[in-house]
Amino acid sequence: MKPVIRKATRHVNQNEGLIFEKSSAGKFAWRLPPLDVPEVDTAKLLGAAERKDMGHMPEVSEIEIIRHFTRMSTWNYAIDLGMYPLGSCTMKYNPRVNEVVSRLDGLANGHPYQPENVSQGALRILKTLSDCLIDITGMDAITLQPAAGAHGEFTGLLLVRAHHQSKGHARKKILIPDSAHGTNPATAATVGYAVENLKSNTQGMVDVAALASQMNEEVAALMLTNPNTLGVFEQEIHKIADIMHAKGGLLYMDGANMNALVGKVRPGDFGVDLMHLNLHKTFSTPHGGGGPGSGPVAVKKILEPYLPTPVVITRADGTLGFEYNRPQSVGRVRAFYGNFGMFVRALAYTLANGPDGLRQTTEDAVLNANYIRKGLEGSYDLPYATPSMHEVVFSDKLQAKKGVRTMDIAKRLIDYGFHPYTTAFPLIVPGALMIEPTESESKEEMDLFIDAMKSIAEEVEEDPEMVLAAPHTTRVSRLDEVAAARKPVLRWKPS
Amino acid sequence: MRYLPKSPADREAILKAIGARSIDDLFAPIPAEYRLNRDLKVPRQMAESEIVDWFRERSRENGDSYAMFLGAGAYYHYRPVIIDSLISRGEFLTAYTPYQAEISQGTLQSIFEFQSMICELTGMEVANASMYDGSTAATEAVMMAVRLTGRRSAVVARNVHPEYREVLATYAFHQDLPVTTVAFTDSGRVDLKELEKSVNQDTACVLIQSPNFFGTIEDVNAVAEIAHKNGAMLVVSISEAVSLGIVEPPRQADVVAMEAQSFGVPLGFGGPYCGVIATREKYVRQMPGRLVGQTTDSNGKRGFVLTLATREQHIRREKATSNICTNQALVALMANIFMTVYGKVGLKELAKQNLAKTAYAAQQFGKHAKVLFSGAPRFNEFVVQTSEDPLAINSRLLGHKIIGGLPLKKFYPELGNAALWCCTELTSRAAIDTAVGMVSESPGSAKPSREVAEVTR
Repeated sequence: MKPVIRKATRHVNQNEGLIFEKSSAGKFAWRLPPLDVPEVDTAKLLGAAERKDMGHMPEVSEIEIIRHFTRMSTWNYAIDLGMYPLGSCTMKYNPRVNEVVSRLDGLANGHPYQPENVSQGALRILKTLSDCLIDITGMDAITLQPAAGAHGEFTGLLLVRAHHQSKGHARKKILIPDSAHGTNPATAATVGYAVENLKSNTQGMVDVAALASQMNEEVAALMLTNPNTLGVFEQEIHKIADIMHAKGGLLYMDGANMNALVGKVRPGDFGVDLMHLNLHKTFSTPHGGGGPGSGPVAVKKILEPYLPTPVVITRADGTLGFEYNRPQSVGRVRAFYGNFGMFVRALAYTLANGPDGLRQTTEDAVLNANYIRKGLEGSYDLPYATPSMHEVVFSDKLQAKKGVRTMDIAKRLIDYGFHPYTTAFPLIVPGALMIEPTESESKEEMDLFIDAMKSIAEEVEEDPEMVLAAPHTTRVSRLDEVAAARKPVLRWKPS
Repeated sequence: MRYLPKSPADREAILKAIGARSIDDLFAPIPAEYRLNRDLKVPRQMAESEIVDWFRERSRENGDSYAMFLGAGAYYHYRPVIIDSLISRGEFLTAYTPYQAEISQGTLQSIFEFQSMICELTGMEVANASMYDGSTAATEAVMMAVRLTGRRSAVVARNVHPEYREVLATYAFHQDLPVTTVAFTDSGRVDLKELEKSVNQDTACVLIQSPNFFGTIEDVNAVAEIAHKNGAMLVVSISEAVSLGIVEPPRQADVVAMEAQSFGVPLGFGGPYCGVIATREKYVRQMPGRLVGQTTDSNGKRGFVLTLATREQHIRREKATSNICTNQALVALMANIFMTVYGKVGLKELAKQNLAKTAYAAQQFGKHAKVLFSGAPRFNEFVVQTSEDPLAINSRLLGHKIIGGLPLKKFYPELGNAALWCCTELTSRAAIDTAVGMVSESPGSAKPSREVAEVTR
């Protein structure tokens, strides 16, 4: 059988060694202006602290550097090339105007310690974005300081702890559903809380009865992702919030899946006390190959006194400033004010959308996930029939009979010109295929994706060995991860 | 909305295909009482040109094109233009974390090169793929030492960046980790006698910064000796990465926790920046953050993968070494390109220019005010004590579109009217002379001398 691959065609790309292998003495890519102050005697100034040996730093020319990184870039898949359906990662279009405005001189070259009267532009950006995010989440206050989602979780749990501490007892445990991302329990441990697992019910939602029996005065908070990692909205969210609040606990929401809610429903309205957002997911800042992220934490009024320092305030004369004097604050979680460059981008995205655009975006994201779900039902097992919001989770149950697992299907998808979906997560679905198309996909791109997935399902029936050996078209085949971990080679060394 | 690739007919066709009457059907799982029945209170949808105008206005309100004497953990260095040309390629900009190695070799190989160059520059054996920033890197390094030694306290020098210490305090408080702070001497360096008394058998690590917050280079050997003879680890924080071109790296350290912002990362009002942790090979399994390793594919061809993931949260959940998921890949790529552009010779020459500008500035300021901590070598920052409040001097300088040094009263009240000044290769002699002129106008400052003119060639 010859598969029909409509999206991608093989083409030649360049080989490229490590930069160190191109280096030779005397090549260079820099030039400094002449010094306008007297030269100095380094040895005299630094004495024993002077560095004599620069190790094996490379020496290469500018054209070599351009080619080096350009060649390597062509080995990456990217949103700019096509659908990137990683579940719970929200790989949406990264608008280019965001990049332009973040590089404007006063913003890109603004120093975090420059005086407030020449920082009004940056402060206005912080304030405007904060106001937008507060209304989007339905909360009362926000900190933009956390550098990523996990850092936001950490900050959020510090606020939880401070809140309980103020009542005389920090409590001991955090409840976390078994469908949650691994960061949630890791964060709880970092803040010194014990983790107690919460079982999901047969519909993939929080088992409300189990929650009621597990909730007591030792539980500080429930960390809930809503919609959860199955893409399912927790329909009994009001009961969940009530159970938590009745015993003095807080409801923390992991905002990883906020792309399903913006402009349609606000967590603050359904009982959430605090939550983090991922600006690199919902608000279109680029993932950049794994960062930078940004993880603002929005809170209800009761938690506001504990927010990290500083916070942005409006002074009597109408100018903006930083307030440091906050005796109840949990302290700082990062130097300066957070990943400001990401705030610029997230705000540019919000301005480009406006209220109508944000709502339409959410609607399209949910529409797309349901289209994929409809298209693949029958070809892949759907373990939970509960309605999907912005993502859908299948399992490899049908394909596993032929010995083909979710990771193999994912690798074969690469040959069809797509980035794989999220594999083997959430843990409550054995062999999960977690698919989030986002609003950025056209009907045409999704039709190609559905065709590809269906074609792979047929290949599994007819030639499972071929799927098991995929990908067949990439510049490297499957890499030996076991060897990489057993004898780690983590840096280049001269041979 | 212009980012959405669907026509009304497409939406209708999709609704029909999935058997929904309207989009509202898809939101039916959300209880009606919680649905938002109004527009969000965000500004109206703007044209691209309006967005650019709005941010241009903000840029103008933000010290656009001012000369700058601020450092203190964020440094204004020249950024070679090819950094932005290369990181703007969609294949770098719009890729996810390289979990699917076969279609992520570009990101993976570049991180491998980044790790390798950080090792070359710091004198360490392994480096991770990057951390949030210097403050969290320093803090995570301390936590790493706690895990490795099994000891439950830390000692930190008071001349470590005050905001780094604040972050450490936040983390340490919730880990029940006592942190002892050690004073600095008249040379600006950590007080070795007090350090000697503070380090004991319960100390997991000593955290110092070099060059420290005052720009002074620490005697790392002496500190290492005190830490190591007590079985404690030495963590050295470096916030000015360009110093590595000319200052001997802390080879005696067990962990180096860096801020690589100086390597081609814009000041950006404080972030995103690029933390890094580098350490000894034997400690790698307790190191937080992502790591890229070299391996081979099924045909024996060289390739790169994320490795040692069993330390990380997505595998280990609550037993992970840290809750960190992301690194700062795109920012690390800026640093990577910067290190490649300057390379072996350029980094040294660049650092030398920083040293020369700073030496000149310190000498000139010294004629009219007191330059503190002159007893030890410094890199590109120095503390000036004036008769007048530095805020007043700075406000005069602002009139010349110059942002003066950082007043230190907030962090070190005992230093009085002191400010931390920084010069880089971008600081012009004219700006230095103007700033010195403003200091000389302070009531009670030493008389302006004619030497300023004499130094000019």
